[in-house]
Formats: sequence, structure tokens, C-alpha cells
Amino acid sequence: MKPGHGEILLSEGDPDVSEDEERLIEEFRRQLDEGMWAAVPTSTPGSGRREALMVRDYADVPRGAERVIFFPRAAGG
Amino acid sequence: MLLALLVLAVVAVALAAPVAIRLARVRIDAARAARSAAEERPLDYDPGRERRAEQRARQLLRSCVNDEEWAMYRDLGFIRVEGSHPRGRGRRKGDASQGDTPPYAYLLYPHKPIVAYVPADGRLLSEYCVEFPDLTGGRSRLPASDDMLAKWMALTSDESRVIGQANMHLVGRQLDPARVRRDLWRLSEWERRRAGSTEARRA
Repeated sequence: MKPGHGEILLSEGDPDVSEDEERLIEEFRRQLDEGMWAAVPTSTPGSGRREALMVRDYADVPRGAERVIFFPRAAGG
Repeated sequence: MLLALLVLAVVAVALAAPVAIRLARVRIDAARAARSAAEERPLDYDPGRERRAEQRARQLLRSCVNDEEWAMYRDLGFIRVEGSHPRGRGRRKGDASQGDTPPYAYLLYPHKPIVAYVPADGRLLSEYCVEFPDLTGGRSRLPASDDMLAKWMALTSDESRVIGQANMHLVGRQLDPARVRRDLWRLSEWERRRAGSTEARRA
């Protein structure tokens, strides 16, 4: 999510394919280096409850996650 | 007689001068502001870009939150998120168990502070001023629905972190407490109607 633009697709690929995974890891690190926060939307089966999981490392991204959303880190307003 | 008229004219000009100068300054400032806004606007400025960005943001938000939260945002313009600390920020000593009612919750508004309150009695606790600034140094803001999603993701994933980053104030610094109380009433009415329609569908 980019101020002034909204949603932008940064990179996509299959994490099981090594070339794709390298590209995803590179983009993940670049976004965190730029100061963005990364979150993965999750849902609890059966309860209907949804929440997000903040990830600080690519290895923390749950297996099977469809997307990682990057957004500017929060600051006091 | 001529001298008297001349003196009167000088006095009239002297009295009118400050007003005329003030009016001229206002017009000059307005012209400068309009010129500056036009200069800041990029040559490829697309007036529909923000609208399209907001439409995409609404789709993204809808795909992340649950049906109830999406309907709440669509119908009321805000989302309620329950607090995750089990003992709660607003629980008073001696409060009886409130069953399924969470000890505290937040109201999330786009581009406005997050409000913490006690669902059991509607007591407003505090407002948390938080924003997601343009890290490139620009002055652009996230589309309204992206701002909502950023607050929702930050609160549901790491409440302590985002609350720790925010500036906390008593409710009333940026938000009108009467309006927040009215929103809580709207929320309770909305939930009552929604529960009623769900039961009617089951019957």
C-alpha cells in the first residue's frame, strides 16, 4: 500500500520454485529496508474471525500464504 | 468649504486604506496558493487516480476483514476491533464478568484517531493518534480504505506495537466525544437489526 497510489503489486511467484522464491525474498527485504511493515491476513477456520500476522522475516511468512501486504510503519499522528 | 471636503476625503482614504490593503493581501495569498498548487501538481496528474486507488483499496480491505467487519465499514464508516489484552485497559476493580463482551475495544476510522472504549458501558477511554506516513518524504496519504486496513492489520497483529507508536490523548482532542457516542449507538442499533435479520433468515 503506497501513499498516493494505493495497492501496487510488487512481485508474485511460487515460493516452491527457487527462482521465484529468490525474487520474493529480495522484494521482501527491500520493502522492510525501506521501513515498511509486512503483514499476512489470516483467518481462523470455523470461527469466521480474521486477523493479520505481522512478519519481520521472510521465514515467518506462513506456508501457503496467498499474499504479504506491505504498508508504511505507524507513527504518532 | 473646499478645504473641508478635501480633509474629509483624506480622512476617508486613511480609514479605508487598512481594509483595502487587507482585501488585497487576501486576494494575493489566494492567487499564490492556487499557483503553488498548480505548480506542485505533476504534469501527468490524473484526477481519477485517487478514486480508482480508493476503489482498489476497498476491494483489498474487503478481502482481508470478515463479512461483519466489511458490512460495518460499508454501512457505518468505521470498524470495531476487540482489544486483545484479557484483563483490559478499561476494566474497573470489582467489575463483574461481562460474558462474551470484551473488556475493551477500538473504533477505527479512516484518517482519524483510533478510539478505545468499554463495550459494556460505552465509556470512552482514550484516542490514539496514528498515521502511516509517506516514507519517501512526500505528503501523500493512503487511500481511506487502505488507512483502515493498515490500522486493522496493525491492531490485530501487534496491538501493543501500534498503540506504543501512537500519541495518546483523552477523547475530544481530535474527535468529538458526542459523535463517538452517537457512533456507538449507531453500532448497537446496526448489530440489533443485523441479529434480527439473521434470526429471521434462520426461521
